[in-house]
Amino acid sequence: MDNRPEIARAAAEAAARQSYGKLVAYLAARTRDVAGAEDALADAFAAALERWPQTGVPDRPESWLLAVARRRRVDAVRRRLTSEAGRDHLRLVAEEVEARTADEDFPDERLRLMFACAHPAIDASARAPLILQTILGFDAATIASAFLVSPATMGQRLVRAKGRIRETGIPFRVPERSELGERLDAVLEAIYATFAEGWSDPVGTETRGRNLATEGIWLGRLVASLMPEEAEALGLLALMLFAEARRAARRSPEGNFVPLAEQDTALWDDTLIDEAEALLGRAAAKAIIGRYQLEAAVQSAHTARRRSGRTDWTAIRQLYDALLSIAGSPVVAINRAVAIAEAGGAAAGLDALDAIGDDRRLADYQPYWAARAGLLAKLGKTQQAAAAYERAIGLERDPALRRFLQTERSKLTRNRGEATTPSS
Amino acid sequence: MRYMLLIYNDEAAMASAPTEKTYEISAAYGAYTEALKKSGAWLAGDRLKPTQSATSVRMANGKTNVLDGPYADTKEQLAGFYMIEATDIDTAIEWAARCPAASTGTVEVRPIWEMTEYLSEK
Repeated sequence: MDNRPEIARAAAEAAARQSYGKLVAYLAARTRDVAGAEDALADAFAAALERWPQTGVPDRPESWLLAVARRRRVDAVRRRLTSEAGRDHLRLVAEEVEARTADEDFPDERLRLMFACAHPAIDASARAPLILQTILGFDAATIASAFLVSPATMGQRLVRAKGRIRETGIPFRVPERSELGERLDAVLEAIYATFAEGWSDPVGTETRGRNLATEGIWLGRLVASLMPEEAEALGLLALMLFAEARRAARRSPEGNFVPLAEQDTALWDDTLIDEAEALLGRAAAKAIIGRYQLEAAVQSAHTARRRSGRTDWTAIRQLYDALLSIAGSPVVAINRAVAIAEAGGAAAGLDALDAIGDDRRLADYQPYWAARAGLLAKLGKTQQAAAAYERAIGLERDPALRRFLQTERSKLTRNRGEATTPSS
Repeated sequence: MRYMLLIYNDEAAMASAPTEKTYEISAAYGAYTEALKKSGAWLAGDRLKPTQSATSVRMANGKTNVLDGPYADTKEQLAGFYMIEATDIDTAIEWAARCPAASTGTVEVRPIWEMTEYLSEK
């Protein structure tokens, strides 16, 4: 059987996966025309799928794609060569074509592209999606589904963001040292948002199509390798690897949610944990503390249980204290309250939760109600605990987690029944 | 803005689910409804009887045609609805994702076409 079409298709797809972002970044770096670069590349991939089954896969598929994409783009610009702006654009493109031969190695501009995508002039909600689209080649519908917005909204957001890169002249460059901190944060935040979307969906339901956690790690590795001196870039990668290492333990074979404290440490991935520890050590050596390193350190403290068999909640609480002071958020405050409860008793934890209870954002935030319910249950305040569980159940979107919360809630009524008998 | 969340489920599968599962699902709906109310987003919502109880009515050539059954035969059937208040589609989608039906069937989100809007469009 002739399976050349499949081989050609697989080769084109492998090239797309490996070098899509590199090609977009390189094509768009000088003209800032991201949409144009994507269109040209789409044409080039279509051409490859048409040609390669006949001619075989070229030795250097990337260079082939780049050469075709460039030619397409020159054609496209020539077609709308009515304005001065168009002429300038064409000159840039032509210079680029002449300057490099097709089989020459081209520089990796992905880091610059990421900084352009996460620029302060780009709407914050569009940054992570834009990175996913330009670096990884995700389509708008897949990204929309992952970030829980409508495909139409996401499509518009991406088109607008790309328009802004060109029209407001956002540079493709790694910022100067003086402004690097804040700008790198935006890039890291976008990567973490990608990872977190995949992480909250451990089974990777059909609509999401791809495992965003894996893509987040891939991007994290890319940034860590391109900026090996940046402590927070290393910290973020460590954080994601720690979390990823526990993936297999997060669900029972029946698909039920397993809380961290009850996870079987034998199911944790030691190789990933070791890699994360090494990264965290390298980051710490730079002596510039940051939120991702602190969060990774919390994860490190949790995973220490695989060796020691116990969790050092006092250390975790201190890490959350530090996190709260440099990057306070409702999430951090809730986790800190849980650590306080573990280290110093449920009543102290509940006090800490009460102290942040005024925050309007918490009213519709599931983890707040789940944490509250757990602490109230420990204090024997069964009725209040049940009400808090109800609220958490109503706010949860992951069916496995919802089932877990329902089980916890039902344990409550059962325990209350037991409490009335003298033997307990 | 007002949005309708239309709940579509495979009603045959729902009917044959074990009692325990049914209990779990309705408890989840109860909690979801409560969360909507506590948040101030809830405007209305109810469950519909299965499509075998549906009757479709149509007027053609001055004659009333009454059909036994739902308007359309689909794999998943309209089983209930919520009407909610949300600042934008993203907030509405967030609520739709939390609806238990989002993990068993489909939740269709439709903005209400407010009368003030279509009168001013003319």
